[in-house]
Amino acid sequence: MRPNLILQVVAKFVIPLMILFALYVQFHGDFGPGGGFQAGVIFSAAFILYSLVFGLDTAEKIIPAHWLRILAALGVVIYAGVGVASLLLGGNYLDYTLLGSNPIAGQHLGILLVELGVGITVAAAMLIMFFAFAGRGRE
Amino acid sequence: MLSHISLLLVVVPLISAPVVAILPRGRLPWAVAFIVAASCAVLAGVQLWAVLHEGTISYELGGWAPPWGIEYRIDAVNAFVALIVATIAAITLPYALLSAEREIPEDKIPLFYSAMLLCLTGLLGITQTGDIFNVFVFLEISSLASYALISLGRQRQAFTAAYQYLIMGTIGATFYLIGVGLIYSQTGTLNMQDLATILPDVLHLNTVETGFAFIIVGIALKLAMFPLHLWLPNAYTYAPSVVTVFLAATATKVAVYVLLRILFTVFPQGFAVTTPADELFIVAGIAGIITASVSAIYQENIKRLLAYSSVAQVGYMVLGIGFASATGLTAALVHLFNHALMKGALFMAVGAIVYRVGACRMEQIHGLGRAMPWTFGAIVIGGLSLIGVPGTAGFISKWYLVVAALEQQAWISVAVILSGSLLAVVYVGKMIEALYFKPVADAGKAVSEAPILLLLPTWALVLANVYFGLDTDLTVGVAEKAAAILVGVQP
Repeated sequence: MRPNLILQVVAKFVIPLMILFALYVQFHGDFGPGGGFQAGVIFSAAFILYSLVFGLDTAEKIIPAHWLRILAALGVVIYAGVGVASLLLGGNYLDYTLLGSNPIAGQHLGILLVELGVGITVAAAMLIMFFAFAGRGRE
Repeated sequence: MLSHISLLLVVVPLISAPVVAILPRGRLPWAVAFIVAASCAVLAGVQLWAVLHEGTISYELGGWAPPWGIEYRIDAVNAFVALIVATIAAITLPYALLSAEREIPEDKIPLFYSAMLLCLTGLLGITQTGDIFNVFVFLEISSLASYALISLGRQRQAFTAAYQYLIMGTIGATFYLIGVGLIYSQTGTLNMQDLATILPDVLHLNTVETGFAFIIVGIALKLAMFPLHLWLPNAYTYAPSVVTVFLAATATKVAVYVLLRILFTVFPQGFAVTTPADELFIVAGIAGIITASVSAIYQENIKRLLAYSSVAQVGYMVLGIGFASATGLTAALVHLFNHALMKGALFMAVGAIVYRVGACRMEQIHGLGRAMPWTFGAIVIGGLSLIGVPGTAGFISKWYLVVAALEQQAWISVAVILSGSLLAVVYVGKMIEALYFKPVADAGKAVSEAPILLLLPTWALVLANVYFGLDTDLTVGVAEKAAAILVGVQP
């Protein structure tokens, strides 16, 4: 891969902003437009940009493939686990009301955790797909 | 407390699927998957018992009251189908251990069991939920998992088969979703019970009729109803043996269940009669039975032969639904159960042959019946059940189907059902001839009986075929109750 200085400098400038924006979309999801899915895609877009500019091998050093698989699974477990937690607290599945000291705090915490799970899984799955396609020629 | 069972049936496999995916290679993923499937079978049994003794179970997800929240609503119909799915999963998984080790690359084993659990989640979810959009979500979960499972087959054609199924399945799911959207636009609700009360007022609208048509065609694709069955033979032929067993015994059955729900619970009773759907089912059923049975006779690969036979069996169920009577629906539901038993047993026996010989084309299995007597015995009894010989489960379902046809004096249907059995004699005979009466091929000289771990689940299903051919309390009893709920009369 031929290094391109302008691209690398611009990418280094843009990538932190992208990640910051992803986190904003993630944690603002319960007040306004946004949420785990969008945040996960934006988050993974930052990594995809990084691997386009700096090469696949460098990118895979930052997030090894087996980590991605664990992260993708972890997100689903977080989502389903929140449901199980509310079940154990005596409510129905995914009944967030019981998670906090009062119903509003409970709903708030519940949706935040669930969206976090979604975000982690979506970001990891997007990257798995990207690496699977991008890495095809290498073997 | 009992109502939580309806939820646990979906959540237990759902939460264990990602856990299994990250377990190390070896036999641990299998062990977890087996425990999960076995506990689902127990839960489904308890659920059926609870529904039969204590009435309908309603579960509000997230504590949001229906019709706004998602509701799981279990009556005898879904409890029965859920029990079939979970039990088949619990019997298939012990079989999976050796079969998967032989047919699936070692590094894919944890992902394979994870996909199996996701497929189970989706299928059980479809049966549990009382929300038509939620049905779509679970339909996609089970379908996506099954595309991945089919593509794991050893031959390269598995990719084409999975891709073909992906395209057809996605068209089916999209049609279903379009239909749900159209109906939602006119009713403003997605809850099945709520729809049942609102829909009668808006039935005259073209939008609702169009939505109905989209939903029926979409499900018919998933169900492999003739002539929308073209994805099925390839998918069943090239998938790994254990995947074929699981999908053949469960996936189309769950689609039949969705069809029943839409036709009889969501839309009011007589609605299908006012549309061409009614005749369509009878015509499609008849055409499916004849064409697919004849196609089965000409197949040179036994997995493919059985796959075509599955299309024919779906034809019987569709025919039973087309009669739209309590007896017809009882026949469809009983056949749903019995067909899961017979196709499960037959595909397992074929999988045992694949395990030993690595192939299942007619000329490669010549004379193997003598080297593998137990496997051969399973094929003979499973085949007899498929034909509908008295004393096997197949006889019971054919009997009820013929009774339903006679009730309506549908003489053509009676003739078709009986000739379908005769065609089954031919294709089952063809398998038995190749396995037993042909001289042993060179490759088959050193073949020994399949390992006990493959034979036990196979024979469990074979004996179930005989048992449910003699004792029909569970099958016919529950199916009659379920059919009564669907057509809205007390037995």
